[in-house]
This record gives sequence, C-alpha cells and structure tokens, in this order.
Amino acid sequence: MNQHAQKAAEFIRNESRTDWHDEALWFIRSKRDKAAHGIPEWEELRELASQVKSHVLSKLDQYLEQFEARAIQNGVQVHWAADAEEHNRIVHSILKRHQVQHLVKSKSMLTEECHLNDYLIERGIEVVDTDLGERIIQLKGEPPSHIVMPAIHLKKEEVGELFHEKLHTEKGATDPKYLTEAARQHLRQKFLTAQAAITGVNFAIAETGGVVVCTNEGNADMGVHLAPVQIHCMGIEKIIPKAEHLGIFTRLLARSATGQPITIYTSHYHRPKTGGAMHVVIVDNGRTAQLGREDFRNSLKCIRCGACMNTCPIYRRSGGHSYGYTVPGPIGSILTPGLDLKKYSGLPFASTLCGSCSDVCPVKINIHEQLYRWRQVIAEQGHLPAAKRQSMKWAGRVLSRPGWYNFFGKIGRWAIRRLPRPFLYNRFNEWGKDRELPEPPRQSFKEWYRENKRL
Amino acid sequence: MKVGLFIPCYIDQFYPQVAIASLELLEKLGCQVAYPFRQTCCGQPMANTGCEQDAVATYHHFVELFHAFDYIVAPSGSCVYHVRKHYDIIEQTEAVKRVRENTLDLSEFLLDVLKVESLDSSFPYKVGLHQSCHGLRGLRLGTGSERVLEKDSKLQALLRLVKGIELVELSRADECCGFGGTFAINEPAISVKMGKDRIADHESKGVEVLTAGDMSCLMHLESIIRRQQKNIKVKHIAEILNGVQP
Repeated sequence: MNQHAQKAAEFIRNESRTDWHDEALWFIRSKRDKAAHGIPEWEELRELASQVKSHVLSKLDQYLEQFEARAIQNGVQVHWAADAEEHNRIVHSILKRHQVQHLVKSKSMLTEECHLNDYLIERGIEVVDTDLGERIIQLKGEPPSHIVMPAIHLKKEEVGELFHEKLHTEKGATDPKYLTEAARQHLRQKFLTAQAAITGVNFAIAETGGVVVCTNEGNADMGVHLAPVQIHCMGIEKIIPKAEHLGIFTRLLARSATGQPITIYTSHYHRPKTGGAMHVVIVDNGRTAQLGREDFRNSLKCIRCGACMNTCPIYRRSGGHSYGYTVPGPIGSILTPGLDLKKYSGLPFASTLCGSCSDVCPVKINIHEQLYRWRQVIAEQGHLPAAKRQSMKWAGRVLSRPGWYNFFGKIGRWAIRRLPRPFLYNRFNEWGKDRELPEPPRQSFKEWYRENKRL
Repeated sequence: MKVGLFIPCYIDQFYPQVAIASLELLEKLGCQVAYPFRQTCCGQPMANTGCEQDAVATYHHFVELFHAFDYIVAPSGSCVYHVRKHYDIIEQTEAVKRVRENTLDLSEFLLDVLKVESLDSSFPYKVGLHQSCHGLRGLRLGTGSERVLEKDSKLQALLRLVKGIELVELSRADECCGFGGTFAINEPAISVKMGKDRIADHESKGVEVLTAGDMSCLMHLESIIRRQQKNIKVKHIAEILNGVQP
C-alpha cells in the first residue's frame, strides 16, 4: 500500500473526525460555489485568467527580466535563487547584512516549500509566523495541512489547549474570539520588535516591478510597515504582465479560496520605505523543469487558492498531511512527481480522476488529466509496484483476446459463486474488507445473447 | 443507421440485465442494433493504472470490431469517455477517428441522435440519481456543480420522461462515489468512506432506488449497501428507462 493510502487509512480510523474535516472543507467549497455563481461571467473570467497565464508562461524569461529591471529602477534589490538551498542562503545573507535577530513572516507557501524557518532558526534567528493559522501550526511544530487554511485540520479545542500551553490563555478556553485576541496581543509584541518582515507574493507585475500580497489579517502590512527590512519571496511563475490584469486574478482568487469577493487586504509593494530596504527573491526550485514538460506545464498557472483541495473528496477525507508535501491535494499531486518521481509516485494515484479539481480551478489547470499522464510516466519509469505492473500486463493480454476473456470471465464468476467465503474474503482481497463482491449471474450477457439471438 | 452495442466487460460478466435493458430499449425505439460478439473491454483498467501501453492491443481490437458502425452506443459514460479521450495514443487512422467520434453514451444517443421525447415506461419510486463523474465532467452529460453555467442534465431529462418517478435532490449533487477503478483497491479506506457518505446522502432523502449512468459506480455502492444491509435498491438508468421494476 502506498504512503498516501496508509496515512489516509490512519486518518479515517477516526470517522467522526473525518466527517468533521470533510464538512468543514465542503462548507468552504459551498461558499465558493455561491460566490462564483454571483459572477455571471465566471467561466469567461477563468478562461481569461488561464490565457493570461499561458501567455506569461510562453514568455516567462522576458517578463521576469522586465520585472527585475522595473523593480531595480524602483530601488528594490532583486535576487535569483535556483533552488531552495540558494533561496535560504540569500535570505539569511540579507538578514545577516542587516543584523536581524527577530523576523516576522506573513504566509508564504514558497518559504514552507524551501523550509526556510528551520534554516533560519538553526542560525539563531527568531522567526515568527504571523498568519493566525501558520502561527498555530508553528507553535504546534507541524507543517501546514492546507495552503490557504494551514491549521484547518485542528479543532478549536486543540487550539485552546495549545494556546494555554504556549500563550498562557485560560485552561479549557475554546472561544475563537478569545483565542484570536490572545494571538493578536502576542503577535503585536512580535511585530513591534521585528527588524525584518518576509512575505510571500501572490502576483508580481512585470510592468510596474511591484509585488502584490493578499491577506485577510493584514499581517503582511503590519510586518512590512513596521520593520525596516522587507523581503518578498516569489516563485518564477507569479508574474503577470500588467497591472490591468490583476483584477482578473483578484476577482477569482478569494472567491475560489474562501468564497469571499476579495481578500480583506490586497497590499501593493513597489519600493523601499524611506530609510528601509526592500528585497525580492525570485525562486526556481524545479519550476523551469516543470515548464519544460509540455504535459505538465499548465500546473505552473496555479494561483494557490486551494479550491482543488476543498473540492477533492479524497483530500477532504485524508487530510493535508497524508500527501507528505507542502502543497497537498490535487495540485500537489501534479507538482510533486516533477520534484521527485519515485518519492511521490503514489500521489497521482490518490485520485478517482473525478475531475472536480479541474472544473473548480480558477485558472483551468487540467489537473485530473495531468494526474492520468503522471500515472503513465510513473509506470514507464518503473515506479509501479511489481505486482501491479504484472497484473496490468496480464489484464492487457486477456482483454485483447476474446477467447481468453470469455474463459477467465466464466472462471471468475464460477469462483465467486461457488467458493466458500474464506477463500474469497481474506487479507488478499482489499475490495472485500468492507464490501461485498458482486453476485455473478449464471450467464454473461454474451452467453445470453448467443442463446436468445441465435448467433 | 447501423448501431453497434458496446457492453463493457464488467457489465457483460456481472450485470447482463443492464445490457439486456439497453438492447431492448434501443430496439423498442426502432434501432437496428448489432452486438459484435468478439468484443471485450475499452482498455481503461490498464490505462488508468498508468499502463496504457498494455491497453494498446485492446484499443486496436475495439476499433477493428466497431469502426464500421455509424454509432457505437454503450451504457457507460466512463468507457465511452475512455474511447473518446484516451484512444489518442494509437495511430489516428480513419477507422480510429470514426470510432472516437461516434462512440456515445446511451443517454447521448437517446437524446442527441434519436431525439427521444417520450417513453412508455413507468417507475413509481423515489429515485436518487448518482452523477457518475466521467459522464458528468468528462462527457459533459450535465452541468457539474462547480461550473457557472445553466443547469442541465441528460440523465435527469431522460428520467423525467418516466411516469411516476420521483427524483430527489441530494445535499451533494455530484460528489464522486469513490470507485475510481483500481483506486477502489489501492485506497480502500477512502474509497469505502466515499461510498458510505454517498449512500448516506441518498438514504437521508428517502431514496428507494439509486441509479446512475455507470454501473461501475453502482457496483461499488451496491457492494457497500449489501455489506451494511441497507434498504436501497440499485438500478442502472437503462433498466429504469426500459421500465424494469425493482
């Protein structure tokens, strides 16, 4: 059994908790539906967003250079990182140069991807995540389980317990308002003493050299406005050509993510504040390789709204941690095989190929088709379990030969009808653990047809 | 008009009544239906597992048997989707192109080709329609709940032609049942949980008969219904349209 299947089975063992998780995410999906249906031109907007992204991906080098040139003109220092290691080194060297000991971060999946926190903490820098969900999982010492709602897997009682231990809130307190207020007071201190602020980037505008960060808590602004040094870390795919294209994406992003018309804050950063420094770190970390894979290129259109997770019937019932990567769910399952095919070879199979992810995606990434294609690559490169590989070879032989097909069909039906139950229902029969086998008829349709249509 | 009936492998072996209902229904509606006797499978089991090269011989076999028909009709959105979508890895000869263009799900054939406007069957039961994913999102037999388009469903339209039927509205209109081919065996825990959740939705709406355009979804759901001894019957839409009573 692959790793996702194992972790999913563990998650499901607590069925009422699974139901709670499923319902919580389905609620978000329903809110998204309502918000999307409020925009009559929704499908047109998705198409437009998808085309803008296609265009950008086809000229990514040019737009990145244009962005860099404009940003430099604005007084921004631009850095390029080929991989996670280089990204972390660059960020650390900036912090060192500015003698930063205390750092606040707003949500950034890229820095999670690069494991920046651990890197900096090991080097003696205090890193505080300021997005509430991120702070919760940071205090708990866990990775995010969702890219928009990183602590969605935790119940308020668990957060209450955690805050009691770490922030000394009242024991047994579960009121979200009370707990949020406690986090707010705690974070305020951190904002006031931070010497640098790191944010992710939702959109980087080539035309202006500015970056745009969308948050609901205003924590990106709090960090950036108070700290003298601001660092924005972005993947190379975050570029959009012009400011006029931004509206397409902001209209789609929050509606797809949480069902809000727009995030509470849409923050634009163009130049360093007086006496301050602004850095942008542009990161590849496998993205160019993905860009070079024609079948999988579209995965780089992702704007990290998380809608594919909220709609995925498997994600909702297995939790984000079952995927073993920063970006879980359907989009994670098409991004990860490009990073390490062997390690993540189970993820493209963590899907029924139901296609809901592709239809909910605001930039129309053909996620389920890419899952299908990754499966082919995984088999070709020899990463399927041997038993499965062999059984498919045999299935291919039997199903292309009518005589064999009829013969094995008849035997199979006979076996299910006649064999004693323990022969059919045992540890080798994954189907039969919680399901009955079909009740086979005496006659197949073919046999019936031969008899009744006198062939 | 030459119509070739394609009966997917698992229907042939386990659910001949669905094939018989499809055949009878088409004949009742005046079609001359041929059933190529050497047919087997569309090749989807291998391909969805990542082994589409192992399915190539099956693809060629399918094309050889069916290319001479004007229409190839199957009571399975999933298999039809596979032929139309994934027979792109073999050489696109005239025969292959013809087969890919003319393979239709039963509901498409009834509504788009035969333009059926009435049926003389009756089915006085509370029915829950499971929208099988490959039909819904692959063949676009209806508007998925994700999409902001006018609501439409070929399967619902056909069921509405049946007298006495009461179609219930589900809390989750088109969530996957959890079958997913080999997924059902690779990820049994989630697969079963998804099935249980779908059944619970139908059960809470008082559904007496659960139907779908794909017998594979129903096979999965029925296997759980039987294990849990629930009081819901399962019928393929072809059986209901043909007036087969539960």
